[in-house]
Amino acid sequence: MDNPKNEITNEIVEYAARLARLSLSEKEVAVFKVQLGGILNYVSQLNEIDTSNTPPTSHAIPSLLNVFREDVPVKSLPREEALKNAPDESDGFFRVPRVI
Amino acid sequence: MVKVDSDMTDHTRYETVIGLEVHLQLNTRTKTFCGCSIKFGAEPNTQVCPVCLGLPGSLPVFNREVLNSGIKVALSLGCDIQKTMKFDRKNYYYPDLPKNYQISQYDQPLSGRGKIGIKLEDGTRKEIGITRVHIEEDAGKLLHSETDSYSLVDLNRTGTPLLEIVSEPDMRSPYEAYEYLVKLKQVLKYLDVSDCNMEEGSLRCDANISIRKRGAREFGKKVEIKNMNSFKAVREGLLFEEERQREELEEGRELTQETRLWDEDKRVTVSMRSKEASHDYRYFPEPDLVPFEISADLVDGIRRAMPEGPEEKKIRFAAEYGMGEKDIEVLTAEKDIADLFEGAAGLSGDRTGACNWVKGEVMMHLKERETDVKGLKLSPGNLAQVIKLAGEGKISNLVAKEVLRESIDTGRDPYSIVKDKGLEQVSNADALGEIVSKVIRENERSVSDFRKGKDAALGFLVGQVMKLSGGKANPKVAGELLRKALT
Ligand SMILES: [Zn+2]
Repeated sequence: MDNPKNEITNEIVEYAARLARLSLSEKEVAVFKVQLGGILNYVSQLNEIDTSNTPPTSHAIPSLLNVFREDVPVKSLPREEALKNAPDESDGFFRVPRVI
Repeated sequence: MVKVDSDMTDHTRYETVIGLEVHLQLNTRTKTFCGCSIKFGAEPNTQVCPVCLGLPGSLPVFNREVLNSGIKVALSLGCDIQKTMKFDRKNYYYPDLPKNYQISQYDQPLSGRGKIGIKLEDGTRKEIGITRVHIEEDAGKLLHSETDSYSLVDLNRTGTPLLEIVSEPDMRSPYEAYEYLVKLKQVLKYLDVSDCNMEEGSLRCDANISIRKRGAREFGKKVEIKNMNSFKAVREGLLFEEERQREELEEGRELTQETRLWDEDKRVTVSMRSKEASHDYRYFPEPDLVPFEISADLVDGIRRAMPEGPEEKKIRFAAEYGMGEKDIEVLTAEKDIADLFEGAAGLSGDRTGACNWVKGEVMMHLKERETDVKGLKLSPGNLAQVIKLAGEGKISNLVAKEVLRESIDTGRDPYSIVKDKGLEQVSNADALGEIVSKVIRENERSVSDFRKGKDAALGFLVGQVMKLSGGKANPKVAGELLRKALT
């Protein structure tokens, strides 16, 4: 969704909520509109810096590269542990509201 | 611009444009970013850990072998390996993805462009461009019961390494798309980095297809087809979609850019609701993984250690063995077949014999048992023994086929089978004399046919001698003995 002026509208809040599979009440949309707008405004201070000679950086420590692990199996979690924090489970599966 | 005749058929008035996205599951021992095993068939949710479950505080670390396999694949497709690559998060919300993002590569993938050559129906060659090869992780598996209002989630597959191989929109028919897949699979199988099994999901394919008026520069509205679970389904799905789009345009309707699912039972593509198909992945750099610099040394090392590919092998077979194109096609179709042939040819010293046995009996067993060379458990050494036994006339061709079958069934070596069962070919006239007499006594009609000049009757009589001798008789000697006795 295009938003050249960094302005948070109700539609943008609703769109972001839909992407995140959240349903928001009208009241919540209003609250998040203000909060998200505040965050965006704060971060937009960065726009005041001249970055025309700075290449885009994806990571904070440019010298840190090529961190690998070897292809050696390690023990996985016991299944009870893996499922312990799930809201719902059945026969060793995570159980979620039907998605199809 | 091509001038369009009003009486031209649909097929010549429109041009089809197809691009394919192939996902290849790698056969490493562990997942892309954690040490969980990716062995197939484990109990649900027994190959998971905090990293692949996306638990807070866990950190992914990249599996070195995934990069090595990725470089192999990219090199085999003639792709440029990039000097620097990084990972990105592709965000979407679905229960098969516990982190709510998939680690993938967006603007700095493993490789740039490459190409693959396919053969067209008229025998000419065409190059299909590869746009890129990138690394990503697989999602989990969902089970939906018919009666329940729940879905069940197994996250064992989550984090399994995938390569996505994206083609250019260079294919102009479902036939070309099919040929591209066959060729791609052949090249990939030679590398031994994946099982490449479409039915089992280690090779998956989504297709983009659009049609346009022939000669038009712009592409038509692109439709993505998913859920095709075999090469055949890809071809059928594309044929259906090509026809559907033509009809829509012929009837003056607009096409929409959308995602459609191939329905295997009804043999049609069905539109997904636009909400399901709407993508806004909000890619951003994966902060938990550092960038990777791929050195020329690493790439050169991998290039040097790479097995010979199918095209190189074909050229070598033609030069080294002076074989015809048809034989070469069969013998190089799979790396294991080529290895079996070369092993048996070397050990038996009989190249022609090895070629004939692999082309004939071995291929027949592969088909009959619906398996691959690994599934046959036939060593080059055992095949070489069969070739030698038959080639030197120690056993008849008929017996040799049976010995091969038994060797495949039991893994035993043919020399022992022949010795234990006393299957050596009988060329001794004295030993065969009794059988020959018996056959003459019991087949009066063929005998008189032969005497009347019907030469074909002799073949029948030789067959009877072979049968009574349990396949051990030397057919040439049997023929001579019969002829002598009857004339
Ligand atoms: Zn794990």
